[in-house]
Amino acid sequence: MGLKGRIGIALGAVVLAVAAAVGYMMFAMAPPSDLDLARSKKTAKGLYAVEIAPENPAFERNTLHSWVVTVTTADGAPVEGAEIAVDGGMPQHGHGLPTAPQVTAALGDGRYRIEGVRFNMSGWWEFKLHIKAAAGEDDVTFNLSL
Amino acid sequence: MSRLISASEALRRALASIAVTMLVLAAGCSGDEFTDSEKATIASLSLDRLPPLPADPSNRFADDRLAAAFGATLFFEPRLSGHGDVSCSTCHQVDRQFQDGRPLGRAVGLTDRRTMPLAGVAFSPWQFWDGRKDSLWAQALGPLEDAREHAGNRTAYAHFVTASLKDRYERIFGPLPDLAGVPRNAGPLGTAEEKAAWQAIPEAKRAEIDTVFANIGKSIAAFERSIRHEETRFDRFARAIAAGEAPQGDAALDESERLGLKLFIGRANCVTCHAGPRFSDEHFHNTGVPQPPELPEDSGRAAGIPKALADPFNCLGRYSDAKPEQCGELRFVAKDDPLMVRAFKTPSLRGAVSRPPYMHSGQIATIEDVIEHYSSAPKPPKGESELQPLTLSEREKKALVAFLKTLDTGRPLSN
Repeated sequence: MGLKGRIGIALGAVVLAVAAAVGYMMFAMAPPSDLDLARSKKTAKGLYAVEIAPENPAFERNTLHSWVVTVTTADGAPVEGAEIAVDGGMPQHGHGLPTAPQVTAALGDGRYRIEGVRFNMSGWWEFKLHIKAAAGEDDVTFNLSL
Repeated sequence: MSRLISASEALRRALASIAVTMLVLAAGCSGDEFTDSEKATIASLSLDRLPPLPADPSNRFADDRLAAAFGATLFFEPRLSGHGDVSCSTCHQVDRQFQDGRPLGRAVGLTDRRTMPLAGVAFSPWQFWDGRKDSLWAQALGPLEDAREHAGNRTAYAHFVTASLKDRYERIFGPLPDLAGVPRNAGPLGTAEEKAAWQAIPEAKRAEIDTVFANIGKSIAAFERSIRHEETRFDRFARAIAAGEAPQGDAALDESERLGLKLFIGRANCVTCHAGPRFSDEHFHNTGVPQPPELPEDSGRAAGIPKALADPFNCLGRYSDAKPEQCGELRFVAKDDPLMVRAFKTPSLRGAVSRPPYMHSGQIATIEDVIEHYSSAPKPPKGESELQPLTLSEREKKALVAFLKTLDTGRPLSN
């Protein structure tokens, strides 16, 4: 290959890099298109099955609201007396939740109310639960797209 | 020689292909077309989407019309100050979007923060640049006792209301306490003498005086809840976009304004924080704003949170009308978020173009310099900045300013 060809390839690569960078900047903040938005999941080690649901399904961005978490064992029995810690944030922005949500009530049948949730921005949020109960400690991460 | 010629020819062709690629990319963001997702974002910013004012359960007079009228009187009342020469309107000037156009608010003395405008302020769950107050009524009490602002004290205010506004007060709040024997000047935040005089007042009487003081705040808050955002050209544009119609007349944004809007909701990431009809997420962010060397070190929200939690006039305090379960903001505040160091409240951008200077201590003089700041994303003096550098052309910077001007009512400010 001659010098001309090599320069052409090198500059072609520059063009692609510029296009990729512009594309990245334009779309970096959009949630990944293949995000798993399931609201019912197994925990990482498979100890529990967890379902989350907002108490008011029509909750809006930037309003303080609550969720109900339902925890069952892998074979479907409700888990009572669980300690649940809430964490999360926006992976694309590198920040956590703007509030410190907490479990404020055990509602029975493995259901728990988490109060004090707010999502102050649009985009991809992670909602992470650390669950500690008789079967052991386990984690689950839900994705939410606002 | 021939190699050199062919190399330069290759360079020319490659540059031409870069130029073509850039043109294609530029055409993609020329602002002529908005995607459905962009249209949804534009609609979400419209004043038409502003929800009703949130209730303030900590202030049962928040929506009381008599209290609001009384609050308006108090807001413009210079006798509500230590020397009879400062009212809320000294800095929150009614004909200047309720702000003063100065880098730092100035009343009895010079403060270390920029005076905030008041339109829509009741939508914020946290007040002040650092969110050190959790309601509008608790906020209104702060400047009244600040030596640099109104420089007054609690018993002086109770005496003033009793002497001059007794009937109006009692029609709303019931009987004023008996102030016989209560010193003229006493309070927990004043001079050493005022503090000593305050401590000498029996606890039950102090609580009665605190109640009058809290009611002054609740009245001012009721008035401030009536200060609204006004419709702008952008709102008329967004209304048409939301309805799927072509914007007509002054609602039709020009090419530069549309490019600015496209950048604002797209690549420039402004809408990440400046979201919703108020163009604010009502939260706190470190954006690398410089620390003015002449002012004390300011850690912003990180210092504001413990102040709000310790405030006797907060939602959980004895002067609040809320049940504890209604104080969600305070109960679920994130106490140890490292990103709150030098984080300051996201201001609304409505009318921002006509109220320089900018930032929490007026550090940035012009809107053009604000765009430069966000474009260059400087290292913060402390903590972590959430900004990422942007590559904006001069045309794009001008376009962002052009767009921001559409968020202005366009009426000139009087002095």
